[in-house]
Amino acid sequence: MESDVELLARLRDGDEQAFVTLVGRYQGSLLRVARTFVPSDAVAEEVVQDTWMGVVRGVDRFEGRSSFKTWLFRILVNRARTSGVREHRHVSIDSTEPAVGPDRFDGNGAWAEPLSPWESDVDDRLVAASWGPALRAAIDGLPGRQREVVLLRDVEGLPSDDVCEVLGITEGNQRVLLHRGRSRLRTVLESELQTRGR
Amino acid sequence: MMVLLRRRDDLVCQQVVELVSDYLEGALPRSERKRFERHLRACPNCTAYLEQMRVTIATAGRLTPDDLSPEAREEFTDLFRSWRADGPGAPD
Repeated sequence: MESDVELLARLRDGDEQAFVTLVGRYQGSLLRVARTFVPSDAVAEEVVQDTWMGVVRGVDRFEGRSSFKTWLFRILVNRARTSGVREHRHVSIDSTEPAVGPDRFDGNGAWAEPLSPWESDVDDRLVAASWGPALRAAIDGLPGRQREVVLLRDVEGLPSDDVCEVLGITEGNQRVLLHRGRSRLRTVLESELQTRGR
Repeated sequence: MMVLLRRRDDLVCQQVVELVSDYLEGALPRSERKRFERHLRACPNCTAYLEQMRVTIATAGRLTPDDLSPEAREEFTDLFRSWRADGPGAPD
């Protein structure tokens, strides 16, 4: 697979295939992140299209100080904010939501039932692939702020500092959001495994 | 929960699951990290839990992008041409 940097170099030379490849690579994540800022899919699509225009017109100014991905999502979030939506700075967090339901623990706070490890399953690519749709749905179902952080950190793999900068949140906030989000995803995968009756 | 924390030095499982992300992010203070790891050594369930969280994160990182529809490919090709034709320099 061609790297973003290679595609970007071709994009600078006006290569439309390189552009469409980049769009294919990031369109889904851009739409998902945009959707957490704006009230409808239609507006999200406009914001994302605007973002791509920003990429095409600004590619010569991209200096590579951050990764392409961080640059791309920074453009997106700026556009999403100016398209007039929610004030994003003050993240209020429901810190009472437990990572694991209280019914899973006994009166002393120990696990009521033993947990079984998943590791051997997941190295199996097929199993991982079959979890994809369930995980996608679970991510789409996360509250907006958790969703942004999970998409940028875990799906796109941006570094923690970049995520804080792009979203304008503190590191502490990011950790809480990530914790809530990941905990919910784990719960979904766990019940998915149980439903499939392994 | 804070009551439990203070009554004994050992963490209980219900506390451990709330510290997992800070642990994975390397954000636990040293003393807290040691307590966390001490609990893990004695607790196969929390060890499994931590592993499940790692797997969850790894699985999210392996999600593949949805394919662009042929219509979308065509649309973006057209857009690209028109943006290039307008020339660079439009302000961000």
